[in-house]
Amino acid sequence: MTRDRLHSWLAPFLGRPIALLGLAILVGMILAAIFASVLSPYDPRAIDPIIRLSPPNAAHWFGTDQFGRDTLSRVIYSSRMALLIGVGVVSFALLTGVPIGVFSALFPRLGHVLMRMVDVLMSFPALLLALGLIVVLGQSVANAIIAIGAVYLTTTTRITYGLTLRLRAETYVEAARSMGSGTAWVVVKHVLPNLISPLLVQASFVFAFAQLSAASLDFLGLGAPPDIPSWGNMLAESRTFITRAPWLLFFPGMMIVLTAFSLNLVGDALRDRLDPRFQEMFASRRRR
Amino acid sequence: MWSFVLKRAGATFVTLVAASVLIFAFIHLVPGDPIYVLLGDTATPEQVDLVRHKLGLDEPIVLQYLQWAGKALTGDLGQSIFFQAPVLSVIADGAETSLLLATITMVWVVLIGVPIGMVAAMRQGSWVDQTLSGIAMLMASVPTFWVGLYLILIFAAWLGWLPSSGYPSIFESGGLGNLRYLLLPSLTLAAPNAALILRLTRASMLDVSREDYVRTARAKGIRPRQVVRRHILRNALLAVVSAFGFTFAALISEAVVTETVFALPGIGRLVVQSILRRDYPVIQGIILVIVVLYLAINLIVDLSYRLLDPRVELE
Repeated sequence: MTRDRLHSWLAPFLGRPIALLGLAILVGMILAAIFASVLSPYDPRAIDPIIRLSPPNAAHWFGTDQFGRDTLSRVIYSSRMALLIGVGVVSFALLTGVPIGVFSALFPRLGHVLMRMVDVLMSFPALLLALGLIVVLGQSVANAIIAIGAVYLTTTTRITYGLTLRLRAETYVEAARSMGSGTAWVVVKHVLPNLISPLLVQASFVFAFAQLSAASLDFLGLGAPPDIPSWGNMLAESRTFITRAPWLLFFPGMMIVLTAFSLNLVGDALRDRLDPRFQEMFASRRRR
Repeated sequence: MWSFVLKRAGATFVTLVAASVLIFAFIHLVPGDPIYVLLGDTATPEQVDLVRHKLGLDEPIVLQYLQWAGKALTGDLGQSIFFQAPVLSVIADGAETSLLLATITMVWVVLIGVPIGMVAAMRQGSWVDQTLSGIAMLMASVPTFWVGLYLILIFAAWLGWLPSSGYPSIFESGGLGNLRYLLLPSLTLAAPNAALILRLTRASMLDVSREDYVRTARAKGIRPRQVVRRHILRNALLAVVSAFGFTFAALISEAVVTETVFALPGIGRLVVQSILRRDYPVIQGIILVIVVLYLAINLIVDLSYRLLDPRVELE
């Protein structure tokens, strides 16, 4: 990567220390997920009843849980689950939402029907939709990703649809069409490249809210199976020990906050760099 | 105006019908024979045959839907497997808690979100604005159940000021004093929603302050405070108020997690318990009731918005 390109990538974050901090936390989380086995001082599943519920100390920086498992190691390993959920939900939302949105904007007759179907999905409150899908699909990590992904499919489709409609009306697209460019060419050459920046903003926000939704599902016992370490599962398990070991819930909860917060910061920074006409699409970005 | 009402109501009706098809399909999509889904695994063969015929499960699927929808219109949402009672009455039992929780939460959301959002907008770009906006984004990034658990720890377990769980009806014993049971849950639920309203109020005020008529008002020499009060605030709050209805409807489903944390006997906790009990008719009924509420509130908001601001056009 040349210096200029690096500079243009970092441009949204320069001069905004708080956005830079968000980016740093995000990079830290990805590194923690990749190098979890190297970074963790202990095996996240190793049980040691003698030291159960010990407060943070020199040997166990974040203390131990009700089975004597090292909280720090579990927090680090859980970042894998967080990353998987985030990447999974964003991919699902983009891979479904973008084709439907672009198609609907280019072929209004069928597109109108498709967008009405998206409206129908929007009439289900977010958490209720995810819970209903989990009941139908069964409980697993993959199904949690699909259930949360379906929630954000709707917003992603709508944003893509709105953007494509605007792009289609641009003079240069009209010019390309009048010179005989086919629909496929227009999509590849003019629509998709212009969608990248706004969809990156959308992806940051979806990643952030996917963390909160996944944590809620885990907490309700309807997300990742309990034997998989995740921040939500850690909170659900140690919930009953909150009076005896208040620190136990602090670290996993803090990780959820940090992840969601940093992605929101990154999303905000990217949005402010967008074409002002596209910014308003993200005014009420939380799907509820 | 009337054509607007008709078009908007018609669109809502179409959405409702489509959503109801999905909700109807729920019972058939759940793994297993729908008859056992409806009766529970303990049903005897005689019961199965009887109910299969009574509910028309041996009829074509389209006819089944029409029968189900017809019954739903008269308030018959089927029987709860766990409670052995009509689904509607089971839902009604949780309605008091859920509606009160949502109402009190709304009060916090409005009291916290709107004034702070206004302050942030009027000091746009200053450290005050940046701090407030930062805090708002932080609050929107916090899992509600996590906040709830620590509120219980501090105010119930350590200080002993407030009850940690449950909610006895104000209509039975204890009267309005029972509302103290909803104080911590409502604050928990209010935090992220107040943050959203704060951001919306701020953005809306900034939008309006860029309008031509605000510049004209300033140019006429109207005092800045008057400009804010009469020109910016009135128009900005229109968008915010329309978000209230939507927020209220969303709160009922967002309360699923909060009601679970505080063991409140509301509709949200009922959903989770019904999922764990495999009481599918109750889950189906709750989804239907909440979607109807959601759509109705949206319709009312849209119509009143149009009434207050005739510039609104149908998209």
